[in-house]
Amino acid sequence: MQRAKYILNEVLVGLWRNVTMTVAMIITLSVSLTMLGASVLMYMQVDQMKSFYYGEIEVSIFLRDDVTEAQRAAIDQSIDSNPLVQSKTYESREDALAKFKVLWRDSPDFVKSVGPDSLPESFRVKLKDPEQYSTFADQIKGQQGIQDIVDQRELLEKVFKIFNAIQVMALIVAGFMALAALLLVGNTIQVAAYSKRREVAVMKLVGASNWFIQAPFVLEAVVAGLIGAILGFVFIFVGKVTLLDGRLQALTNVLTPIPDGNVWLMLPLLAGVGALVSAITAWVTLRFYLKV
Amino acid sequence: MIQLENVTKTYPKASRPSLDDVSVGIDKGEFVFFIGPSGSGKSTIIKLLLHEVAPTRGKVVVNAKDVTTLRSWKVPHFRRSIGCVFQDFRLLPNRTAYENVAFALEVIGKTKAVARRVVPEVLELVGLGGKEHRYPHELSGGEQQRVAVARAFVNRPLILLADEPTGNLDPDTSIEIMRLLDRINRTGTTVVMVTHDSNIVNQMRRRVIEIESGRIVRDQARGVYG
Repeated sequence: MQRAKYILNEVLVGLWRNVTMTVAMIITLSVSLTMLGASVLMYMQVDQMKSFYYGEIEVSIFLRDDVTEAQRAAIDQSIDSNPLVQSKTYESREDALAKFKVLWRDSPDFVKSVGPDSLPESFRVKLKDPEQYSTFADQIKGQQGIQDIVDQRELLEKVFKIFNAIQVMALIVAGFMALAALLLVGNTIQVAAYSKRREVAVMKLVGASNWFIQAPFVLEAVVAGLIGAILGFVFIFVGKVTLLDGRLQALTNVLTPIPDGNVWLMLPLLAGVGALVSAITAWVTLRFYLKV
Repeated sequence: MIQLENVTKTYPKASRPSLDDVSVGIDKGEFVFFIGPSGSGKSTIIKLLLHEVAPTRGKVVVNAKDVTTLRSWKVPHFRRSIGCVFQDFRLLPNRTAYENVAFALEVIGKTKAVARRVVPEVLELVGLGGKEHRYPHELSGGEQQRVAVARAFVNRPLILLADEPTGNLDPDTSIEIMRLLDRINRTGTTVVMVTHDSNIVNQMRRRVIEIESGRIVRDQARGVYG
């Protein structure tokens, strides 16, 4: 109990003794952890969107205007017999026009200009595994009378690629900031160990156990890591509320919304990573610096 | 109590060993001087006994424990049975005499209640009664060394190691410190002292082990500096 009080007191004194360094350490830690949290969130988001959209997407096989009855039947036949296909619907010109009218009902002038002959007829095919698109396309495109095969997935892939790039960038920034943060942690611990060198020497001399000597330093780093993690979480939370739910709400509707549960999940994740990494850095620094 | 068996210690990059095949035994309750010129290797003995350095060859046994094979995590506990005094006192400047001694107890897990009981007692023993709340800079060199002795002795160690404890003190103060170490020795504590203060060695008439260039050249029961 009393030793806990001693260690706690040492931690607070340690953080306060070098307050500018402590602030620098906490800021870099928090930025690094924010980037980490953002990229983890984005990863979970992309995953969620994939499972959401991949269930919905279809391969559209548009038929030529001059397609014959026999060609259509042959295409129909080959889709039905293809093992990759889960389900198939046929969309006639009239169906397409009806859908079109619903989709663009806010622009009646535009709808008027489109006649029943303007839209091609098509087969809408759902694949068992959407990733198998190119295999399926290769098998089907030899058929006569096909105008075009469009995979909705390809459009999504482009979106996901952008996400991926942002995610990688966030991770790179997180990595660089983490490096800076850990150097600062190491440096802070060195300064702390130097300013307490007399105490440490006496403690070693009279036989204080190693963990007792190291605990205040390691805890100092852990406290800084935890504060950095909480700040990082606040950044993420505020960022989500003001940006995604506020200004960029249009974008969030296209994307699937980020569940609050995922955002809250970042708190234990960032706290765990922040505390653990700081503790290990401090401990390694002490191994070199105190030689206990 | 203390046993060195064919101990050789060569520091990295050193051309010759600091201790060269040294064998010596010290019994419980003995008072032993290690003397010799600077660089003869006498301070290395203290470091070996504290497990601050490991011997290159040979065996070091302290308190029936083979220090050579002691696991590093056991070293702190091992050191609690050894008190230590140095030439430069090594007191914490921002703590009073009382706090300096109590610190040594608290960091090995003793409660404040224990400290309140034993610290005044040991400060009284070293002759610092009434000066408990002075800071080191408010004390004379001799008084600071008394605080250091009190800190070394407060745990009632089996062995007290003193590395040139009078090196920074004038002759009269030195003799007072020696009287103190003698009293501690009479409680049954083994005292090992490294010194090159001939005056003190000649007055005390205790066992003298002389080291030169890492070898024992003399081991005399009631010796003088020579």
